[in-house]
Amino acid sequence: MNRHFLGDTAVLLGRSLRHIARSPDTIITTAVTPIAMMLLFVYVLGGAIQTGSGRYVNYLLPGILIITIASGISYTAYRLFLDLQGGIFERFQSMPIARAAVLWAHVLTSMVANLISVAVVVLVGVAMGFRTGASVLDWLAVAGILVLFTLALTWLAVIPGLTATSVDGASAFAYPLIFLPFISSAFVPTASMPGPVRAFADNQPVTSIVNTIRNLFAGQPVGTGIWTALAWCAGILVLALLFSARTYRRRTA
Amino acid sequence: MLAAMSTAIRIQGLQKSFKDTKVLRGVDLEVSRGSIFALLGSNGAGKTTVVRILSTLLRADGGTAHVNGFDVATQGADVRQSISLTGQFAAVDEVLTGRENLILVARLRHLKDAGTIADDLLERFSLTEAGGRRAGTYSGGMRRRLDIAMSLIGNPPVVFLDEPTTGLDPEARLEVWQAVRELAAGGTTVLLTTQYLDEAEQLADRIAILHEGRIIVNGTLGELKQLLPPAKVEYVEKQPSLEDVFLTLVGARTEGGHR
Ligand SMILES: Nc1ncnc2c1ncn2[C@@H]1O[C@H](COP(=O)(O)OP(=O)(O)OP(=O)(O)O)[C@@H](O)[C@H]1O
Ligand SMILES: [Mg+2]
Repeated sequence: MNRHFLGDTAVLLGRSLRHIARSPDTIITTAVTPIAMMLLFVYVLGGAIQTGSGRYVNYLLPGILIITIASGISYTAYRLFLDLQGGIFERFQSMPIARAAVLWAHVLTSMVANLISVAVVVLVGVAMGFRTGASVLDWLAVAGILVLFTLALTWLAVIPGLTATSVDGASAFAYPLIFLPFISSAFVPTASMPGPVRAFADNQPVTSIVNTIRNLFAGQPVGTGIWTALAWCAGILVLALLFSARTYRRRTA
Repeated sequence: MLAAMSTAIRIQGLQKSFKDTKVLRGVDLEVSRGSIFALLGSNGAGKTTVVRILSTLLRADGGTAHVNGFDVATQGADVRQSISLTGQFAAVDEVLTGRENLILVARLRHLKDAGTIADDLLERFSLTEAGGRRAGTYSGGMRRRLDIAMSLIGNPPVVFLDEPTTGLDPEARLEVWQAVRELAAGGTTVLLTTQYLDEAEQLADRIAILHEGRIIVNGTLGELKQLLPPAKVEYVEKQPSLEDVFLTLVGARTEGGHR
């Protein structure tokens, strides 16, 4: 690894964070849709949804957090695409810097931006009645899973960021990711779904991640579900890293 | 070894194709240290492609290229340490201010006193007043000046300028020319591409013309002019301009024919 890797990543991270600070609307836009969904489901549809004894917002919030991250990471693809378009990417590539730093700066920026969006959504959730008896350790576990999930999806977003030919193309890949929580236990228990749909819902990553976070918030045992959740996140992360690294090497000759 | 010392850029048999188009079909070129070398060619001749290969942004299909003694294919990091690139299209961060752009590059080149370096360059390129504004609000010429200023940070021994003055007003053009001359006077090797033949005439120690994938001529301005006999039919004997040489050699494509 290049000896300047950490320093260069820090400098480039500073640059990207300035971008975010100067257009905070990207963070707001990221949080607005999940918040609107939360309002809709809690105050309009939630009354008809049977999730057991607790408040529906307690049931809903973990899934909303996943949607927040799934939409937030598309900005990584967007920002990376703009760097490529604007030529600044090539300037960095022709300079004596650690080349990996260019991508890591974008990835870390995504972590920061998503963390802020998630915090905003949690606060709105609390205002809508979300309550948890989670211990510090539970909170740390939730944060750990969300960080891993964000990292995995961000590296996934790097691929369209490097290969897209238009701004729309760069962010379009996120739509299926935002849709995935709807066919999971995020909004309603999977038990209410017809056979094949339920089979899909039970075995896709969002369900295990959402269930684990929900159990952590509720102070329930997480069982083996947490390992399934972590395995999904780690698996996506490794694949995304491999593919984006390959794409990057091709891109940079 | 001696040759390597005095040669800043050495290209041998360089080839590059994009899909079916053979852009470079064996380019040979040498640029000696501390000189200004102008690469001319029509649109699409492959000038930018050469520059991108030399700055390790693109891999050649065949042939070799050395910059500052380092092989662009195998010693990329050393090459990047030795060069700076001003691409054909200004590469500045539009969200950052001019000053922040300069500081960014200075930090990425691991220099101390990034702020002082930035202020000096703003001054030198008449951007001091605009330094605190976002580069996105700059005019095309200001952006280009900032772009070139960013490339001078760190005093690399070899500088590539891909059409550095396209879109600049005459005054800004003179500023850039002055900066290029100062670079060469300080021992920096400059490889520039240009569409303006007078720019090559004014600046370059040597000039090469890239045409149909090869270097068809390479020499000093004087040598190039000797390729065409002075026009005898004219009332007063007239030396051919570089433009005459260029158009004759690449085959004038202008309507109505050029002589
Ligand atoms: N990435 C690419 N993919 C496909 N074709 C390319 C690519 N880059 C360049 N070309 C083609 O290679 C040829 C040479 O392009 P290049 O940009 O090097 O020319 P140039 O001499 O710099 O032209 P100009 O004076 O217009 O800047 C052109 O035909 C161009 O279309
Ligand atoms: Mg060009």
